[in-house]
Amino acid sequence: MEELTGSQILMRSLKAEGVDTIFGYPGGAVIDIYDELARTDIKHILVRHEQGAVHAADGYARASGRTGVCMVTSGPGATNTVTGIASAYMDSIPLVVITGQVPTHLIGNDAFQEVDIVGITRPCTKHNYLLKDAADIAKTIKEAFYIARSGRPGPVLIDLPKDITSKITSYEPVGEIKMKSYNPTYEPNQKQLKKVIDLVLEAKRPVIFAGGGVILSKGSEELTEFARKAQIPVTMSLMGLGAFPGTDPLSMGMIGMHGTYRANMSTGECDLLIGIGVRFDDRVTGKTDSFASQANIVHIDIDPTSIRKNIPVATPVVGDCRCTLKKLNEMLDRSNLDGIGEKRSAWFKQIEQWKSTNPLAYSQGSAIKPQFVVEQLYELTQGEAIITTEVGQNQMWAAQYYHFDKPGHFITSGGLGCMGFGLPAAIGAQVARPDKLVVDIAGDGSIQMNSQEMATAMQYGLPVKIVILNNGYLGMVRQWQELFYEKRYACTQMSTAPDFVKLAEAYGAAGLRASKPEDVIPVLKQGLFELRDRPVIMDFVVEQEESVYPMVPAGAPITEMLLV
Amino acid sequence: MNEEKHILSILVDNEPGVLSRIAGLFSGRGYNIESLCVAETLEPKISRITMVTKADSIAIEQIKKQLHKLINTIKVIELTGQDFVQREMVLVKVTAKPENRAEILRIVDIFRCKVVDVGKEHYTIEVTGDEGKINALLSLLRPIGIKEIAKTGIIALNREPK
Ligand SMILES: Cc1ncc(C[n+]2csc(CCOP(=O)(O)OP(=O)(O)O)c2C)c(N)n1
Ligand SMILES: [Mg+2]
Repeated sequence: MEELTGSQILMRSLKAEGVDTIFGYPGGAVIDIYDELARTDIKHILVRHEQGAVHAADGYARASGRTGVCMVTSGPGATNTVTGIASAYMDSIPLVVITGQVPTHLIGNDAFQEVDIVGITRPCTKHNYLLKDAADIAKTIKEAFYIARSGRPGPVLIDLPKDITSKITSYEPVGEIKMKSYNPTYEPNQKQLKKVIDLVLEAKRPVIFAGGGVILSKGSEELTEFARKAQIPVTMSLMGLGAFPGTDPLSMGMIGMHGTYRANMSTGECDLLIGIGVRFDDRVTGKTDSFASQANIVHIDIDPTSIRKNIPVATPVVGDCRCTLKKLNEMLDRSNLDGIGEKRSAWFKQIEQWKSTNPLAYSQGSAIKPQFVVEQLYELTQGEAIITTEVGQNQMWAAQYYHFDKPGHFITSGGLGCMGFGLPAAIGAQVARPDKLVVDIAGDGSIQMNSQEMATAMQYGLPVKIVILNNGYLGMVRQWQELFYEKRYACTQMSTAPDFVKLAEAYGAAGLRASKPEDVIPVLKQGLFELRDRPVIMDFVVEQEESVYPMVPAGAPITEMLLV
Repeated sequence: MNEEKHILSILVDNEPGVLSRIAGLFSGRGYNIESLCVAETLEPKISRITMVTKADSIAIEQIKKQLHKLINTIKVIELTGQDFVQREMVLVKVTAKPENRAEILRIVDIFRCKVVDVGKEHYTIEVTGDEGKINALLSLLRPIGIKEIAKTGIIALNREPK
């Protein structure tokens, strides 16, 4: 057995997990760890705010399909991570967050930079640990990565007191672990699957509703095969975009508050709804009593608590989405599918009619329309870019007008809806995928929440592109005020914002602006391609009072949409 | 929907913070805890929590699943609806004036409980039983004057087949 310091054991353990990148910010409590980190070949990305580190690790995880890792100091370093952790928790993103802590003998004494981060993050982590013994480091790291990525993934936090990071202990690598108290169910129950197949074969008006769980389980191919074989149209939650090709004829686009007309109408009228890797969030269901009220609802998810939490489900299937879909596909191969397309022909005709009467639409005007910017971005990048978003109207227009054919290309704070997510997430995604064009579709409000990360992008030469849909408002809140508060725009006008072109330049990045519709394409071309090698902020001065449609007012049935 | 009482027996890792995870789960999700009893099992690494909660049938399904989802939870058993034995212990401090001491002792005798402390003006009575027995005793002692009580909360185990 080797004698090593806690910090050395930590590095060995991280290497054993295949960690190649850490997003972080140093401080007193982690100074020993950083001293050791600098001697390894693990890349460290020094962010400008710890919230940025967590969002970046989140973006990294989603773009790479691996576990994101962050490291921060105790006290304020730790508390600054909380929003990022909460966002990753809501979206089930696998992260391991390592926080420094004051030395064990000072814990509980209100020592300098002491906070009970384990207590603070208990409700927003999948699990967390406070280590008191250097001998536990190796096993805990192993366990933390296992918990973060298995079952329904999520963030795991490890709080490391300073004294144990310098303490010398004997180190032995940890083999595979088995936990008595944690054993997620991957294999679905065969009897339930049989029921699902029977329902699929019988249904005249079926709909698949796919979510982030399909992407997390890496089950997109299996889903695509299933939908095509069984001839079932697919709608996706915000988190599910890219789980099924958005340009496939079977795709109906996004469901929910800003879902497409046909996605929401078909959910209201379907006789079979197959939810896969979803959690029936209120932004999807609207009024739950009328949600898919004619349907037999099948719900496939690895997390039993998701099932029957928000809506009654007739046919629950607990299991990994990919594994379940694989089995369903095998069962379909053994079934008689003759005439399945014809059986649904009236249904497809109906959906086509919903699509043609109420497509996603906006009208051009003398000012730039934000939807137009996203549409052109889609055309120019041929749908190949990784898109991150901020939160608000920008996020919804990104979801509606950029079509995602593949998983891992749409990275957004879905569950928490956390402004300030997009830029650091883009940085993380760019680290994971240096080959890819990474674009943050931003709002003028949100970008100001973490714009300091421009410096991070510059320091590491990460050529992320920021497309600001600058409407001078906290637009989504303004939209609610317009529709439901008689246009009383209480505190939603951002009359002062930095000159985003100069802001970019101040960081040494490039800044461009478009103020007229005819500027849109040239600015995009220049920012995306001519300036491909460096970070660029593109400031699109758009129609100020444009709203996102369709819109389902909060708490209304999703079939009752406000249309353009 | 109808809220009913449910008795849950939960086996968890005997580690710091586990109780706080469970209490946090209940407060964060708006469930209620009527009583909670925690102690080590024969296996020192495992604790048994006996919990009484009130919930409708949908909420209790969620509660059980959410409890199970905690990484430190090994097993969640619902005893309600099964054949099980339950006990609770209560210490009751009653006013014991000379004129009612005899009556108190008679009640203690009938209920087969014990006087465990005798003060100048008070007796402390120890009673063990199920809810019905304890409530019956308390209602008899109340007119005499109860100063304070301490309850352990319910502990329970399922019955083995005879
Ligand atoms: C951290 C945080 N604070 C507040 C909100 C509430 N909120 C939701 S959307 C929005 C407006 C965002 O404005 P902007 O970034 O300009 O985007 P727009 O809607 O105008 O596209 C606000 C304030 C939030 N989602 N996140
Ligand atoms: Mg705005």
